[in-house]
Amino acid sequence: MFAYYFNLALRSFKRNKALTALMVLAIALGIGACMTTLTVFHVLSGDPIPQKSDKLYFVQLDPRTRQGMQPGEEPEDQVTRFDAETLLREKRADRQAMMTGGGVSVTPQRKELAPFTASARYTSADFFPMFETGFLYGGGWSAKEDGNRARVAVISKSLNDKLFGGANSVGRQVRLDQADFTVVGVTDGWKMNPRFYDLNSDRYGGAEEVLLPFSTSRDLEMSRNGSMNCWGNTGADATDLNAPCVWIQYWAELGTPAKAAAYRDYLASYSEQQRKAGRYERPANARLRNVMDWLDYQRVVPGDVILQMWLGFGFLLVCLVNTVGLLLAKFLRRSGEIGVRRALGASRRAIFVQCLVEAGTIGMAGGIIGLGLSLLGLWLVRQQPSSYAKLAHLDPGMLLVTFALAIVASLLAGLLPAWRAMQVTPAVQLKTQ
Amino acid sequence: MDIKPILSALGRHRVAALLITLEIALACAVLCNAFFLISGRMGLMRIDSGVDERSLAAVALNGCDGCNAADVNGRALAALRAIPGVRGAGVVNALPFGQRAGDAGVTLDRDGKHFGGVPHFYAFGPSAVETLGLRPAQGRGFVPGDFQRADNFLPADAQVWITRAFADHLWPGESALGREFWMGDYHFRVAGVLAHFARPNPGRSEDGLASAEWSVVVPVSDDSLLGSYVVRADPADLPNVADAARKAMAKAVPEAVLDQAQSRPLSDLRREYFQRDRAMLWLLVSVIGAMLLVTALGIVGLASFWVAQRTKQIGIRRALGATRGDILRYYQTENFLLATAGIVLGMLLAYGGNLLLMKHFELARLPLAYLPAGAVLLWLLGQLAVLGPAMRAAAIPPVVATRSA
Repeated sequence: MFAYYFNLALRSFKRNKALTALMVLAIALGIGACMTTLTVFHVLSGDPIPQKSDKLYFVQLDPRTRQGMQPGEEPEDQVTRFDAETLLREKRADRQAMMTGGGVSVTPQRKELAPFTASARYTSADFFPMFETGFLYGGGWSAKEDGNRARVAVISKSLNDKLFGGANSVGRQVRLDQADFTVVGVTDGWKMNPRFYDLNSDRYGGAEEVLLPFSTSRDLEMSRNGSMNCWGNTGADATDLNAPCVWIQYWAELGTPAKAAAYRDYLASYSEQQRKAGRYERPANARLRNVMDWLDYQRVVPGDVILQMWLGFGFLLVCLVNTVGLLLAKFLRRSGEIGVRRALGASRRAIFVQCLVEAGTIGMAGGIIGLGLSLLGLWLVRQQPSSYAKLAHLDPGMLLVTFALAIVASLLAGLLPAWRAMQVTPAVQLKTQ
Repeated sequence: MDIKPILSALGRHRVAALLITLEIALACAVLCNAFFLISGRMGLMRIDSGVDERSLAAVALNGCDGCNAADVNGRALAALRAIPGVRGAGVVNALPFGQRAGDAGVTLDRDGKHFGGVPHFYAFGPSAVETLGLRPAQGRGFVPGDFQRADNFLPADAQVWITRAFADHLWPGESALGREFWMGDYHFRVAGVLAHFARPNPGRSEDGLASAEWSVVVPVSDDSLLGSYVVRADPADLPNVADAARKAMAKAVPEAVLDQAQSRPLSDLRREYFQRDRAMLWLLVSVIGAMLLVTALGIVGLASFWVAQRTKQIGIRRALGATRGDILRYYQTENFLLATAGIVLGMLLAYGGNLLLMKHFELARLPLAYLPAGAVLLWLLGQLAVLGPAMRAAAIPPVVATRSA
């Protein structure tokens, strides 16, 4: 039966080429626009580290003065160096890492390469197992190197290619900010999108090219970047241990929900203890958010992208309403034919199904063309300058969604016209013939 | 033209009439909001930076943290000034469309109770003020004594310039000259008001478009700053001068690394800064175009269907003496009525959509002027779309009526 209806649908297309082409075009345009924007949204709102996003927690504390305090206020997005170093020392989580972004100058040994700047992350030993960096050569450093302010560095695959021509550089020297560092590891093209561990700078860029111990970076007074919030007198250097400034991201890995709950209590009691010691002035106000909660709280998906997605859906809706109108015109124009079929014994149900098959076929054609349009759209998105643009690719899941959306949308558009077509009374139609 | 028979005819085609109305309503809602978004972006892209971008170029150094500022700046400025065609060079902490140096919240009282807003703090040496050609529209210029040494970000107590936009925000309707504001322990007094001076990241800071020009210019001595410079040259010479400046800096300050991305003419920095907005603009324009096309095609399709359905009726009317013009006008009036209903509904939708956008994307309220503009556009579109089918209807000879019976 289905094959027969499908055949009828194809015949009907042939009879009404312009009208059919219009409907296919409308659905294709709507699907193309909608899927392009939806794919970008899907890519950007994804889970950057699915295997453990519910085990990694971002720590927020509230070390500010009472001045300007408002009830129910969120704490600062970052922590002070004093708090970060204390929490790191107390080691209450399964793993923990403090970090900040920065930039270093790299002086290559090869004379033909001019000195250049590289993005850097100053962090502590647990960073590597926590964020599953993976290594091409070597590995991370240990807590001992953190304590010793050791001159060790982990470099990215791309920097290794640039400096050492891709060879195993573990044990070799690299000159950063006029100091010599020993390479202990080369990451294997590791990157996170979004870069959830530090959302202060480029949220969808690649990973840092150089990673080195936080303690070493302070020892050498290397330049840092990202946001910094200070209150009160910062003294000569806002990155001093006791400066009243937040500028460090602190992450804790907690294997079970029970451990997370215990860690929350620990943060509360830590805050209370700091308040008693006179360092904190506000009542305990700590937060512990896992990766997805943190991304949500930080509204990591750019507003433009969400806006474009809604625009895409709005456009699809306009296209669908058009298709409804055109299908209605098409089906009712065939009232005579439907009347004959009804008089020959076709049930209302059969007419309804036949009309829906025709609508679904249009949806399928629209979906195929729409898929082409969304590939074109995504290609256009990738030509954009934003750092996230390069990520816009259609994955198999979204491919299925495209077809499902096209067919569901066209069936929905076909419902009303098919309903109307099924109401055609054979007697009236036969009389006017 | 009597619209009563049209209305009663539409009454018998409620579904189709409703669909056209809905089509136009949706198109109207999307159109008004998209136009509004476009005008917002265009307003941002046209922002007046307050300096002559065509004749200025930025030069930025990295990785010179331990350097002696007086020594490096001396070498850098001498090298820049030696380039043929350079009319001035200065030390800055940041420039419009470049990397920002310091956004900080200010208060209108010493105790920090009355919050003022988050401007960007520019610190300029005497050489930079002159190179940039900044002159206050109100108040006084800086005198040599104003340029103080700042060891830690800014001087503790300074005479500053602020922009008119920021002055109006802090003290609406009052003169800003001589007024004071604080940032923690730092104290500032307004010596002059600049007509325009954009912050490095106009439109993308905390307060969005409203704070695009919230800038404070703090005079500091040249040796308080390090690593960012600005050069002025004739617009015709500037591309060559910017190239020469990059080369000269690498030679004059070999211990630092030149920031290639930030060392460019200001007009290049501006173009790059707004690239994303331009892309968004094209996207909006193409969505509007595609939507208008689809809506027009939908109207053509439905109107053609109606014409086919009413062939007999048209034939009878023509036989009873209706002219071709009458038939044409009938369809045009019908479309006008449907479009009007759609536009009325669409305006409500547009307004509702704008409320949603306002809530989620910190957009301003849709100005009412957009509504009539959208209405006129959709009326025209409807008339244009219906013209073809209506002309075909008018061409139907009366004899058809007798034949198709």
